[in-house]
Amino acid sequence: MDHRQSRTPASQRAPARRMTHHHPTDHPDAVLTFDDVVLGYGDFTVLTDVNARINPGQVVALMGGSGSGKTTLLRAATGQIRARQGSVRVFGSDIAGLDEAGLRAVRQRMGVLFQQGALFTDLNVFENVAFPLREHTQVSESQITERVLDKLDAVGLRTAAHLSVAEISGGMARRVALARAIVLEPELVLYDEPFAGLDPISLGITARLIRDLTTRLRCAAVLITHDVQESFAIADHVYMVGQGRMIADGTPEALMASDDAFVRQFLRGEPDGPIAFHYPDSPAFREWLDRHRQAP
Amino acid sequence: MSREKMDFRVGLFVLLGIVALVFLALRAGNLSSFSLAPTYQVKAYFDNMGGLKLRAPVKSSGVVVGRVSAIRFDNQRYQAMAILDIERAYVFPDDTSASILTSGLLGDQYIGLTPGGDDKMLADGAEITYTQSAVVLEELISKFLYSSASQSGPSSSPQP
Amino acid sequence: MMPFSRAIARLGAITQGSIIGLGAFIRLLGTLLARSGIVFRRPGLVSQQVHFLGNHSLLIIAVSGLFVGFVLGLQGYYTLSRYGSEQALGLLVALSLTRELGPVVTALLFAGRAGTSLTAEIGLMRAGEQIAAMEVMAVDPLRRVLVPRFWGGVIAMPVLAAVFSMVGIIGGWIVGVLMIGVDPGIFWAQMQDGVDVIDDVANGVIKSVVFGITVTLIALYAGWTAKPTPEGVSRATTRTVVLGSLAVLGLDFILTALMFGN
Repeated sequence: MDHRQSRTPASQRAPARRMTHHHPTDHPDAVLTFDDVVLGYGDFTVLTDVNARINPGQVVALMGGSGSGKTTLLRAATGQIRARQGSVRVFGSDIAGLDEAGLRAVRQRMGVLFQQGALFTDLNVFENVAFPLREHTQVSESQITERVLDKLDAVGLRTAAHLSVAEISGGMARRVALARAIVLEPELVLYDEPFAGLDPISLGITARLIRDLTTRLRCAAVLITHDVQESFAIADHVYMVGQGRMIADGTPEALMASDDAFVRQFLRGEPDGPIAFHYPDSPAFREWLDRHRQAP
Repeated sequence: MSREKMDFRVGLFVLLGIVALVFLALRAGNLSSFSLAPTYQVKAYFDNMGGLKLRAPVKSSGVVVGRVSAIRFDNQRYQAMAILDIERAYVFPDDTSASILTSGLLGDQYIGLTPGGDDKMLADGAEITYTQSAVVLEELISKFLYSSASQSGPSSSPQP
Repeated sequence: MMPFSRAIARLGAITQGSIIGLGAFIRLLGTLLARSGIVFRRPGLVSQQVHFLGNHSLLIIAVSGLFVGFVLGLQGYYTLSRYGSEQALGLLVALSLTRELGPVVTALLFAGRAGTSLTAEIGLMRAGEQIAAMEVMAVDPLRRVLVPRFWGGVIAMPVLAAVFSMVGIIGGWIVGVLMIGVDPGIFWAQMQDGVDVIDDVANGVIKSVVFGITVTLIALYAGWTAKPTPEGVSRATTRTVVLGSLAVLGLDFILTALMFGN
């Protein structure tokens, strides 16, 4: 299945650029922007020099290895953590400047798909997808039923509406979570590791769903992932983080052709390179080894 | 579970709680002896209230005819005053006497009314003239010791 | 010297940590009360929790009440008969239950059964990212998840305590009157004479409401602040039972002194 046909044509894609000072092409109503953002927890800095821009209708992949800070980026985009420096703008407003009501309004315009689905285990499939409708809208029961079944249909699970969360597989759970994330028809959907741990069929389904929904709902999709194959097939633009900063950004083809050592190691899946295979030596280890060898 | 079924069960649950409370109040407690009958009030002054409590029963011939509704200290007469709520169905002569009695040897205290013979009856707000204070154990004992000391005469042991 | 000063430092840290925890605990109570409007907007949520916390505990409460009543009847009879006061058995059973055993034992059982399930449920919701999912969906998890459970517990507790006392009195009657042979008329008469609705029954209800607030809040707090790992949740449930039980017993002393002291 070739996903490339539904992507933005080559004439409209920005050329690949190496990542240090990024001045994105101006698209006035960007959905999500990071401007010189520094992110961290407490004293620990996770990412610096983060610059990114996501426009409406785009599928953007945020890639990096485990522990590279991708989830931190997601949390900054939803406002769960504040940037240490720089500004994170969602729908034009700086998240740091929003009060509770403002934050709530912004969050209702975005959907988040968590890695494990994060379905509410005390509700069944239908009620899970209906949850945002019940909480945020006053639509009638029949309307709710219609909308929920419609979204479930979009992910292929219309006839599973009656099942409890315990009765569905992991792949199905993630699709239900996707239906829940889009039931309010948001303008931005953030996917946390949508491809992790899926079988090949589910992988294909998920990738196609993401692309189709983005086109159909005219929303932007941000994929936090380390899956190269699937995401490159559907992404319009790719940002890559590693070693505590943003390392590369550009179209998938541009990245494939890049000669940056880290990018090459990541894309080719080479075991050793800028990300070393061996865990670095440390005095703590030497101490432990001595003690361990002395103990009877 | 459907909403209706759940609401029904919750309703049953709360109903069970109410039933339990009613049971405790009526069968176990003394709510059934709460009468809503209309009452009239009389005052009684005592030198010593003893252990008389609010809502203590007022009995005559052993039957409850009312309750103690207030206990105060009268700063003018330097006596304790009790206000008794007596059911309107029971009228007592003006020279009725009120005593503070104890039920059993160590039980709760109550007020006992012994009717007099007057033709005029106690009205609302009247005062009972003849009262008998509570028996205080220490006074009883000291009285007993004093009387036994005076019986054995001056040859008793010298005072410390 | 070294381990001693370290012990002092640890003691200081524990004390400080406990006081901070107490402050956070009271703050949670305030927050829950402030956001309780949802009880009127969506009473179905509260009713669901009353069912989960109350109805599901009914069996253990009733059976425990029955057995406690049995024991009170038996022990009470043995003790009273030494002083020739077997007639006061009904009074003994009823007073013990309505004043103390009803509210206290129910609260302890509640902490163990309903309290731990509340803690575990919330801790696991946090671990499964359900709380985070709610937050990014712009749904306040405190309002949606905690407030209904708080009021569910506060409503369920007095009901359970009343049921416990009632079943216990019946249990005492079964042993005292049916099995041992105390005169039933005197059993009930002495009881009615001595148990005051306001002093004993109502005070017992007040106690159970206070215990309900305390135990439910402790359970919610422990679950809310639990580490989202299996052992974090396990530690939190232990904390619920231990802290909840100690709080109930301590509050019982204070309340008893306030209510039944002259």
